[in-house]
Parts: sequence; C-alpha cells; structure tokens
Amino acid sequence: MKIRILVIASMCISTGAFAGGYRVALQGQNATGMGHTGVAVKDSAEVVFFNPASMSSLKTDSNFSTGVTLINSVTKYQNASTNTAAETENPIGTPLYLYYSKKFNQQISYGLGVYTPYGNSVKWPKDWAGSYLVNDISLRTVFVQPTVSFKVNDKFSLGFGPTYVNGSVELNRNLTSSLVDENGDRANVTVKASGVTAWGYNAGFLINPIQTLSLGINYRSKVDMQARGENAKFNNVPSSLKSTYADTTFDADLVLPAELTLGIAFDVSSNTLLAIDVNRTFWSAYKNLDIKFNNGTDPSLNPRNYNDANIYRVGVQHKLNNALTVRGGAYYDDSPISAGYYTPETPRNNSLGLTAGASYQVTKRVDISVSFLYLMFNEFNGAYDYVEQDTDPSTPNKSFGGDYLTSVTAVGFGFNYKY
Amino acid sequence: MTRKKNQRIKVAGLILSCAIIAACDRNFENPVGDEDYNSGTADFSKFVTIGDSLTAGYADGALYLDGQKNSYPAILAQQFAKVGGGAFNQPLVSDNLGGLLFGGVANPDFGNRLVLNAEPKNPPSNLDPKGPEPIAGTPTTEVIGSGLNGSVFNNMGVPGAKSFHLAAANYGDATGLGAGTANPYFVRFSSAAGTTMIADAAAQQPSFFILWIGNNDILSYATTGGIGTDQKSNTNPSTYGSNDITDPAAFAGVYNGLVTILTPANASAKGVLLNIPDVSTLPYFTTVPYNAVPLDQLNAEALNNNLYADYNEGVQTALGGTEEGDAEVIKRKITFTAGQNAVVIEDDTLTDLSGVGLASMRQATATDLLILTTSSKIGTLANPGNANSAWGLGVPLEDGDVLIPSEIQAIETARTAFNTTIAAAADADPDLILVDVAAIMNEVKTSGINYGTGFIDGTYATGGTFSLDGVHPTARGYSVVANRIIDKINSSFGANIPPVDPGSYSTIFVK
Repeated sequence: MKIRILVIASMCISTGAFAGGYRVALQGQNATGMGHTGVAVKDSAEVVFFNPASMSSLKTDSNFSTGVTLINSVTKYQNASTNTAAETENPIGTPLYLYYSKKFNQQISYGLGVYTPYGNSVKWPKDWAGSYLVNDISLRTVFVQPTVSFKVNDKFSLGFGPTYVNGSVELNRNLTSSLVDENGDRANVTVKASGVTAWGYNAGFLINPIQTLSLGINYRSKVDMQARGENAKFNNVPSSLKSTYADTTFDADLVLPAELTLGIAFDVSSNTLLAIDVNRTFWSAYKNLDIKFNNGTDPSLNPRNYNDANIYRVGVQHKLNNALTVRGGAYYDDSPISAGYYTPETPRNNSLGLTAGASYQVTKRVDISVSFLYLMFNEFNGAYDYVEQDTDPSTPNKSFGGDYLTSVTAVGFGFNYKY
Repeated sequence: MTRKKNQRIKVAGLILSCAIIAACDRNFENPVGDEDYNSGTADFSKFVTIGDSLTAGYADGALYLDGQKNSYPAILAQQFAKVGGGAFNQPLVSDNLGGLLFGGVANPDFGNRLVLNAEPKNPPSNLDPKGPEPIAGTPTTEVIGSGLNGSVFNNMGVPGAKSFHLAAANYGDATGLGAGTANPYFVRFSSAAGTTMIADAAAQQPSFFILWIGNNDILSYATTGGIGTDQKSNTNPSTYGSNDITDPAAFAGVYNGLVTILTPANASAKGVLLNIPDVSTLPYFTTVPYNAVPLDQLNAEALNNNLYADYNEGVQTALGGTEEGDAEVIKRKITFTAGQNAVVIEDDTLTDLSGVGLASMRQATATDLLILTTSSKIGTLANPGNANSAWGLGVPLEDGDVLIPSEIQAIETARTAFNTTIAAAADADPDLILVDVAAIMNEVKTSGINYGTGFIDGTYATGGTFSLDGVHPTARGYSVVANRIIDKINSSFGANIPPVDPGSYSTIFVK
C-alpha cells in the first residue's frame, strides 16, 4: 500500500519555481492558509513535516493528511538598453504531500511523511536573450521521512525523522552566447540527472509552557544531492566541434540547504489561533552549480554564493462553527541572492506572500481544506556578473542582466482523516 | 451571523479572484517596447548610406545575403521604421555564399564567405583548430547584368571603395573591370555605367544620410602588410596604386566635396559621419603574435649555428663601430633560444647590405604587427625541397606579411588626419553629427563591451565583434555600432529610437 502511494507520488511530482531560490514552501494546506506557519501548530498530520515533536500532541490516535497544490508562476524579463523582453512559460507545478501519524502509546508516536519541498521549473523561450545561461530547468525532489515523536511530559516533546531524498534535475542551455551550427541553429547542452539519492533529517522540539501557548523549534538538515556519471547531451554542435563537444557524462552537486524555524502558536480565544514563525534558510551552503564533464570538456563553472536568508511568517485561524474554519496569513521572504548573482534560472527578489484558506468538516473524521497563495516579488534590476568564470582576473566579468518581475499564484487542496 | 459569514466568503472570494487575475496581469512599471518613440528633429523618410564594405554589410571575407540583411544600415533602417522611416532598399546578392560570378565565371579573388573549421589540425599532437575556410558551394551572384542596374539603392555601400572612388565616374562601368577602374560590387547596381556613387546617393535626395568612408584609404595598404606606397603629398589619386595610403589633403578635398553634395541635396537633411578605426584594434593585425614559434634547445642551436652565424657576423663587420651602426647590429642580430621565439622578417628600412650578400632582415618585436594570414604561413616551407626554408625561421617573412613600425606610423598619420577632417566636417554643420567608431573599436579591444545581455570583445573568432576575415564586424558587431549610432542620434536630434539586442545577432559560423 505504502509503496504504491510512493510510486504515485513520485510520478506526479513537479513543482513551480518560486520563493527562496528553489525552495517551494507549500507543505500543507492548513499551514499554507496561515502564511505557511506551523512549527508550533498541532492540529493535523502536517506536523510530520513542520515539527515532528508535535505528533505526540495530536488529539486523535491516527492522523492522515494529503494534498496537492497547483502553482502558476510567471517571470517577466526585460532589458531597456537592448529593447529585449521575454516571459517564462512555466508548466503548472504540483507539489504534493502525504503525512501519517499514529500514537503508539501516550508518549510515543510514529509516522511517515512524503513531500516535495524543493523544486524548480522554469521555461524561457528557446534561444531567448539569456539562453546561454538557461533555456529551461526542471528540478524535482521527493522526501520520504519515517518519523518518531516522544512526549517527555505535558510541557515538552521532541521528534525526529531521517529523510530519504530522491531527486532529478534537467537543465538545457545554449553552449555560448553565439555558437551556431551550419544551419544557424544554436548549439546547446542538456544535462539530466535522475534518481539521485541522499539522506538528511528533520528534528523538532515542542514546548507548551501554558495551555494556550506553544513554542516550536524545527531543524531540517542540509541535503547534498550528488549527481555522478549522469548524462550530458550536446545538440546542434557544428561538425568540426563534434570531438570537443561529444556526448558524455557529468558530475555535479546541488545542495538543498538546512532550515531552522522558531515559532509560537497562541490561542487568542477558544476559536482563534495566532501563529508566528521565523524561518532561517542556510542558503550560504549553495556556493555554485558547477558541472564537471567526464570527457575533458572544460567544466561549466557557475558561482551562486547565496546568503542565509530569513522568512517572517504570520497566520491566523478562526473556527467559525463546528464545520467551517477559515485561515489567513502573510509572509515576507528575504532574498538569499547577492547583487551580481541574479540568474534567470531562479530569478527572485524579496517577496511578500498573502495567503488564505479554509477547512470544511465533512464528517467527524474527515475534513477537506483549500488554500490560496499570492506571492508578489518586487520588480528589480539585477545582473549575473559571472557568466563565464575566468581564472584570469584581468578578464572582465561577462554580465547578463535586466529587470525581473515574478508573480506566483497557487491553489491547494487537502484531505485530512483522523480517528 | 449567517449573513456575516456570507459576506466574509464573498470578500474572501473577491480578494482571491483579484489576486489570481492580478498575478497574470502584472507588468513592469516601464515596460520596454511601450515607449513613445519619435524621430525628434530628424526625418528618416529617405535614409541613404554611402560607404565601403562596412556599410555594405560585408563580413567573413564576402558580401553575402545574411551579412547584408544585418548590415548596420539595415539594422538602423529597421529601427527608423518605428519613427517614420521609409523603405530601405539594398542591392542584395543572390545567395548566402557570397562569391561573385563575372559573366558566369567564378573569380578566386571574390570567393565564398569564411566559416571556421574547428577540427584539430593534427590530433592529438596539435589541437589548434584548422581555421577559417571558404564555405563550399557554387556562387550565383552575377556582377555583369545583375538586373539591378538602372535604379538607385538606399544602401550605397561598395566593398573596396576608397574616398575618391565615391566621386569617380565609371566606377560602376563593367567595361572598366579589366583595367581596375571599376568595382564589381558597384558594377552590380550602378544606375548607369558613367555614374558615380555619390551621384546615385544624392539623386535620392536623402532626408537622412550616413557617410562612412576612408577605411580603405589606409586598410588596403595595411592588410597587404605595407607593400603599397604612402602617397603623402601626392594629391592626385588617379596616380595611386590599389594598396597605397591616400594623401590626407586629397582625402580632405574629396571628403568635404562629398559632404557638400549630400547636404544641399535636401536642405533639411541631417546626417551622421563615421570616422576611421585604428588598424591595431582589428584582430587581422593583432592575432598572430610576433613570437609565435616554439623551439627546443636543439633546434634553436641548429638554426643559430647553421643559418644565422654568418649573417650575424657579416652584419657586425659591415655596420659595427659607430654608435648608430652598433644599434642596428643589435637590432639585426638573430638568435633563437629554447621556448617562444620571435619570427624573422624582412625590413626594408634596414641598411641595404645586399652588396655583401646580406638580406635586410631581423627578428620581429612587439612593435611589429603580423597579419592574420601569416598564421598559416609561419613554419611552412618556402621551398618544399629545403627543410631549412621554414617561413619566419629559415626564411624571413616577406614585406607583405608584416607591418613594421614605420608602416604603422604612416598609417596612423594618415588616419589621424582623415579623422580630423571628418570631425571638422561634423563640427561645421549643426545638421551633422560624428560617431566615433575609432573609440568604439578601441573599447572593444581594451575592455570589451558589456551590452547588457551579453559581452563582446576584439578576440579573433571567439570575441563576437569581428568576423572571420579579422577586419569586418560580425552581425553582432555591426549591431553594437548601430546602437551607438542610435544613441548619438537620440541625444543630438532629440529623438527616441529604440536600440536592438546585439545578442540576437549572429557572430561567426562554425563548420
């Protein structure tokens, strides 16, 4: 049963590009409705992701949550000095999740989470102005996390789960800003890695100093995705360059950075819950996206040098009646990208997310939830100044820049079952 | 309570639908392409360009269709069309090969365009690319009876034209091809056999013109390594050879005459004058290093002992003793060492010692400019039967292979004078502006140009600016020049004309 679910899950995974580089923060409809807070919120199996410590604080013995989100994101690019404009045609992304939590006894709970926290799917028009940086990229990851939670006492609990990560990435870009074959078709390379696996973990603490207040700490570790011997295919290479750009294998590393979240949840009234999270993503681990070819072709050196960045989240949940709960929230997401490192593969800036959501109790055991997200990135002018990293410091940096504007809307549907 | 709930749902629904629609509709505060373009005080209804190969769109050693379509005048005309510019007719060739036919017969002097053969020369020991070679194919562009004669064209760019050719009668007369008084490119599209280029241009009464002439007045001398004559003080161009440097006074006379013809042709006409770049900014003169030859100890010693011991001694005997003579002895001393070595070149400015059987030769220095074609000549045997006759090692490179400092000086003196004439003509008339192409090419050479979506520099083949002939820009290089011209028109004539994206123009073609 579980295996079948996993297979279905991994077939559907595809995510949209936005927020925090290639982090896609949509891991639960209840949380998303509340500005994607949740480290101290404990009302559904979503806690398997947000804070495993909360599993043992869930009211019912068994909790199951699943959901899918449809993301529509568009990035516009323009450069006034060359009168150029382009717009991504990103496929609709569908991050999803599946969480299960079960009480073993009053102190110990166990469970499983399957979710897709990192992804990126950006498709620029083929051979657009920035095609020598990226034509299209698609990153997919699935995290599988068996989890245990231990309730030390009524005021303190902790949880831990190792994460098994399976990822794939496909990137196509033109080899240079000019190389064409005899027919004038741009030479390009597709690098494709699939079934790359790695391990990490998810750990959390939950403190309940008083009945109406929870404090949560959650740490999700860095995951090093190491692609080894994956396939690089060169297309439209001029015949006299065929030996230089022969299809080959490549090695590349992509880091999925660690995240630390601190949060509180406070029962303002018996029907109203307020949650505030501060999230720090350790993006500084993302130094580069270097691709080393195994046939002697010069490596592709792409420095990224991201910075650690914070996200500030706030959310409110209000129970209108026994059947209907509504949610609202907002978050402010600091860009991890330094000046000079803005690439069109993750074109982003500081952003403001507005969210809303609702749950409807269908039966005593079943409720369905929806969430909406509108994410506005500030219009900004940025450049990537390291187009072709040259070891000779006297060589000027080559630069690709312009104005970027990204907007994201997402609609999510969730299903929760508890007994 | 129920009403209140319904209201809440309605409000929430409204916010959400607004958000979703807004996300799709969001746009830049100042989106490009949405500006109020205008021509300012300029009038582009009849735009005419007059010049040489650079105006024609020549690249990769040929005039081919894509080159013409991406000529800087064609790029400009396409942008001018957004602000009232009229039709822009070019004397298009028949194919993308670029070679010319003379009465059905191909001529090796006018071959097909160059493409880069990037295969290693001799793998695995020598991974240098084989280099540029003409693209295969039978050209179809006919010079005589092209069908273009009789009408006039907006782009009056004729490859090979010098300043005085623009006013030369019968420059487009097929009967003068044999004698060299006519130019096949102008023969193709001259309105009549006896006409001049400037007459065909002026007949169109241009409302806006660009004149870029004078490049070949130095370039034909430079690209042939200075085998021609510096005609300084000879003001009669009809006595010049094809590879000579035009006298600056003759240039000034002709140039000012051309400007005078173009300006009164239309009283309200405005124009752009382009000046002449320094040849040392062109990869044709800077790609082959003066010390291109690697030698090991054994070969270096063999050359020193077997080929140059007598020469060095002879020079010492003939010239040594005086201060001036000793200086020349040092200059002429030929020594090879292990490592990179300067090639041996002819230098006719050296004291003539042919009487005692000594050639006028020396090793090159950084102040000599070896022309691009020497890259496939150096090291090959001048006399296939003689292993000691490698060009640049056993046998000096010829006068036509290299520009020596005195030749470079002659070129620079003339160029500086030409540019002074051009700048003065632009200064004298408020309707004329100068675009300093010399400065643009210098920028390309020294720092490269970051145009916003990409970068070009002056490196041969890979820099993006220059085509495979090493002299003429690529389409991308021409587009950067076009953008600079647009900048200048915008700032001088109060116009707002959008630039183009150089990144969308091609560079070199690889086989």
